[in-house]
Amino acid sequence: MALRISELTKSFGGLTAVAKFSLELGERDLQGIIGPNGAGKTTVFNLITGVYTPDSGQVLLGDKDTTRLASDAIARAGIARTFQNIRLFAQMSVLDNITMALHAHAGYGLLDATFRTATFRREEARLLTESRDHLARFGLLERQHEQAGSLPYGEQRRLEIARALATGPKVLLLDEPAAGMNPREVEELIQLIRQVHQDFPLAILLIEHQLPVVMELCREVQVLDFGQTIASGAPRDVVRNPLVIEAYLGEEEAPA
Amino acid sequence: MSSPSQPLPTAPPADSKPPRVRFWMVCVAVLVLAIPLQLLVDAGLYSDVLNPYYLHLLTVIGMNIILVASLNLLNGYLGEFALGHAGFMAVGAYTAALLATKVLPGAAAMPPVIGTVLILLVSLGGAMIASAGVGYLIGLVTFKTVGDYLAIITLGFNMIIVNAIQNIEFVGGPRGFTGIPKNTNFVAVALCVLLTIGVLRNLIQSTFGRVWLSIRENAIAAELMGISIPKAKNWAFTIAAAFAGLAGGLWAQNQQFITPRSFDYSKTTEILVMLYLGGMASLSGSILGVVAYTVLMELLRNLLSTFAPQLAEWRMLISPLILIIIMLTRQTGLLGSREWSWLRPKQGA
Repeated sequence: MALRISELTKSFGGLTAVAKFSLELGERDLQGIIGPNGAGKTTVFNLITGVYTPDSGQVLLGDKDTTRLASDAIARAGIARTFQNIRLFAQMSVLDNITMALHAHAGYGLLDATFRTATFRREEARLLTESRDHLARFGLLERQHEQAGSLPYGEQRRLEIARALATGPKVLLLDEPAAGMNPREVEELIQLIRQVHQDFPLAILLIEHQLPVVMELCREVQVLDFGQTIASGAPRDVVRNPLVIEAYLGEEEAPA
Repeated sequence: MSSPSQPLPTAPPADSKPPRVRFWMVCVAVLVLAIPLQLLVDAGLYSDVLNPYYLHLLTVIGMNIILVASLNLLNGYLGEFALGHAGFMAVGAYTAALLATKVLPGAAAMPPVIGTVLILLVSLGGAMIASAGVGYLIGLVTFKTVGDYLAIITLGFNMIIVNAIQNIEFVGGPRGFTGIPKNTNFVAVALCVLLTIGVLRNLIQSTFGRVWLSIRENAIAAELMGISIPKAKNWAFTIAAAFAGLAGGLWAQNQQFITPRSFDYSKTTEILVMLYLGGMASLSGSILGVVAYTVLMELLRNLLSTFAPQLAEWRMLISPLILIIIMLTRQTGLLGSREWSWLRPKQGA
């Protein structure tokens, strides 16, 4: 099991944002969380990544309890994520966005850097090569010297995913990767996520608002509404569940 | 300093590579100019052209470059707003002064030149270590503080340091610390400037620099990429403080007389003005900002004393005025975040 979440709960003031959220994400699994706006989806991600501390419940990454670790420690333990509103290092180059993510693999210390020792040069050259190879996998190598913030929207998304993967995570959390994309970009994104899922040894958990993305990609989905899980199962079954239709679409017909 | 005359790059280098100015070339050029200049002035030769006052001005420029470049690490690269840089300078200045007068044997007890160099090295090293220690503590105390709160805390620190020194009779209290031997000259300061710029450039162009920049760009994303922000911030504060301490140590052994008042928040403001004038997150900007500011202030002093001596005191209004004008008209400063080629990393390395 890559990620095992049991009964995660968080309230803000009197409002329960997430109630007893549980999930089991297998190795190389790809699951989704859907639900209307304000259902608590991003809060779940923030609880997993330590942005918020849960009131109760537990998060296990493999065998490791990460429930109460700080965000940076959770990231180092192997959980990487992207954000609903893209958070790139906008004024850094595309290349530096990736090289920065390899900071933990820089095999040199402060003194090596200060005096540009042989170790520094060798390691720095290795980091750059690795970063460029990584960018090439995502078709962003030609953009390496451009500022990350100046890329078109779709490529910013791609760079953010590439950056998250550069840390070598065991679990990748994607927070509404299709937000703000046109249908053609959504199609490309689906291909990209499928490719990542195939090529990298990790499990993916995806929050999405656009049902087609979830329908195409996920083996299993959970539906959140007002912080509660109201349904879970295969996407095709879940979207026919009357509770889901009511919460998600009002009283209208099920999509797809 | 011949450095500011380097051409400003406007675009990344084209495929046909022009011969690049490298950092070591600048070092050689600075020393080739500085050493004969110092010798000639010391010997009193060509004193009609080589006025010792100009050498003093260059020395002040050098010390200010160290201050501004090290503050740039915090305010430009890390993206914090630290307001206590003169406080670190004070720690360095008083540490060096104490070491040079009360701890180490006088230069008279040692062989000429070598004795002075030894005293200078030990006192500057001590100044850097003491300031770095204080910087480390400030970083520790401010732990997760950012933005306005960090600004207030560092400002408070600056005031505490100044007031504390004023109350320590042992170092002269409010009257100041007198009788410090003049162990520095322009060459020593120039060497320290090259060391500072070189070390800061190396760090900024390493994984440490990328981590600092990423914190400035998006602290939450940086943290979720596994960066320990308190740790990264603490390194930046420690290093910046060490170099501010170096400048302080040089200052004390150049002016030979220091008072707590010379390190209060108006000195911090002056450092800030030069930093913003040159441009944030650019070491070239720090150098240019100091040179431009110092030359401007000296020109004003001469103009006012020649044509309107009754307005001479108004000169001090100019520096805050410059800050206001930069903020209103050119927030990126003279250079923005551009670098001269000898301070840029090798493309395609």
